[in-house]
Amino acid sequence: MLLLAFALVLVGGVYTAVTPTTAQADSLASADPAKGADLFRTNCSTCHGTGAVGSDLAPSLIGVGAASVHFQVTTGRMPMQANAPQAEEKPPQFSEAEALDMAAYIASLGPGPEIPTAEQVDPALGSPANGMLLFRTNCAMCHNAVGAGGALSEGKYAPSLMDSTPTVIYEAMLTGPQSMPGFNDAILSPEEKRDVIAFLIEQREPQPGGLSLGSLGPVSEGLWVFVVGLGVLIGFSVWIGSRSS
Amino acid sequence: MSDQHHSSEVGRPDDDGGAMNLPERFENPGLEPHRHRLGDSDPKIAKRSERQIVFIFLISVLASIGGLVGYFLIPVDEPNVLNVRLSTLVLGLGLGLGMLGIGVAAVQWARALMDDTEKIEDRHPMSAGSAVQQQAFEMLRDGAKEANVARRPVLKGAVGGALALAPLVYLVPLIGNLGADWDISKFAHTAWRPVRGGDPEMYYQGQFRYLALDPQDTRIRAADVTNNNIVHVIPRGLPEQEHYLEEKAKAVVLLVRVDPALLKESPERASWSYDGIVAYSKICTHVGCPVALYEQQTHHLLCPCHQSTFDITDAAKVVFGPAKRALPQLPIAVDEEGYLYATADFDEPVGPSYWQRER
Repeated sequence: MLLLAFALVLVGGVYTAVTPTTAQADSLASADPAKGADLFRTNCSTCHGTGAVGSDLAPSLIGVGAASVHFQVTTGRMPMQANAPQAEEKPPQFSEAEALDMAAYIASLGPGPEIPTAEQVDPALGSPANGMLLFRTNCAMCHNAVGAGGALSEGKYAPSLMDSTPTVIYEAMLTGPQSMPGFNDAILSPEEKRDVIAFLIEQREPQPGGLSLGSLGPVSEGLWVFVVGLGVLIGFSVWIGSRSS
Repeated sequence: MSDQHHSSEVGRPDDDGGAMNLPERFENPGLEPHRHRLGDSDPKIAKRSERQIVFIFLISVLASIGGLVGYFLIPVDEPNVLNVRLSTLVLGLGLGLGMLGIGVAAVQWARALMDDTEKIEDRHPMSAGSAVQQQAFEMLRDGAKEANVARRPVLKGAVGGALALAPLVYLVPLIGNLGADWDISKFAHTAWRPVRGGDPEMYYQGQFRYLALDPQDTRIRAADVTNNNIVHVIPRGLPEQEHYLEEKAKAVVLLVRVDPALLKESPERASWSYDGIVAYSKICTHVGCPVALYEQQTHHLLCPCHQSTFDITDAAKVVFGPAKRALPQLPIAVDEEGYLYATADFDEPVGPSYWQRER
């Protein structure tokens, strides 16, 4: 009996020690869920419903987690500007502290993905080489080989990742915003997510190859050759054939 | 005459009667009278042109020297690797301007200073004349008569044999190098094909291949495939296998979990999915690009090459684009520990059509 009690205490203790509540505590330590609830009621409940239960216009936010709220609000995607195919990135409408307040409120409604710690997204700790392998398989088809973005169907698109912060990239992979599928920790472990971030940050270094022309491949390069290259050649041909005065 | 009048009226309807004054046939006006350049009569202008040309040559000389100097002055070794960009720019400008200067100056020299009188050389007639033609025909006729092929059957056979054999030296290795293996049924199978006595690490019960993450090559638990996720899958252990990339190109699979209520499954495929998890070939049925742009809200899968769109909830049928057939589905199940494995190979060849395909 005593042994059983001891075993229960041990298991419970280990469980509390291992479960990742620390990340939540770090980023949301100073956040005020009550203030977040006020902000939510004023700014979000028109579409997402009071109590974040969702409506005909927008999904329920119970269980989407702090990471999702932080991603959508700090990149300016939410509140949404118009009923468009896609919520586009725009200047954020709330301060970082207000975003964290709302994140704390949503997180208090139901458990979900948490905001990553600074260490989890530090590109210096990741392996860009492994990140490239993972990016090539999982991300490059939509976001382009170096993260320059690309088109989807019916006005939707995969945005460029060139200016995204490591935290936002991590949150997008974890939560899968809008059209993007998510990559949970069993499919891309936190270390692998950090490798992907390291690869993306590496792409922003000055390129030894000169003008990147947007890194869009044959489209922009071909346009350049046809307009500028052929234009110059035609100009020279006209000059060679003209009479000297 | 009235016909002619009518047609000219159609051509110039406003100019009544004026058409009558047109000549029957326009005379060749000949060449424009030659106008000399200013520099031909004014030595001052010629001198100025000469200075211009010298100046352009000078730019070329300076650019070449600049490129060479840049090569020696800009270090590109450690720790100045990023100087490569500047070094390349200086070398390129030196080489480009050096060449361009020579070309522009030479053209300008020809335009402004060299003799500009027009010289005319008439085309000579193409025909060689009837006497020469006659002679050529006679030579051909005599040659055919002297060869006397009809009276020498052995010679005829020898020529035929040599002509028939010579191309074989080219054709046999060409076909032989395609592979000594004439079993083309292998094109209908992939690495997912169940085996007997396989490695239990790679095959469930030594028989059915496990699904693994691409590129990590770790097995996948059904519980880890959550609702809005997408998983890129290869057969477990494939990276260690021979011809890895060729096999991978045929066997890559996408794993998606869809709300089972949304899933439209035919009765014969009901056992092919597991709790809403479906697996489809990633190779487009149009020309074989990897179809991997997944919109998790619409459950549409897009091909990046020609925008063929497949509906994951409806047996991956084509909803847009040039592809004709649905993506082949991989039947999956889970073992006792919850890991996903393929219960069979694709029931049809993956990728675009080839000669043995019926549909």
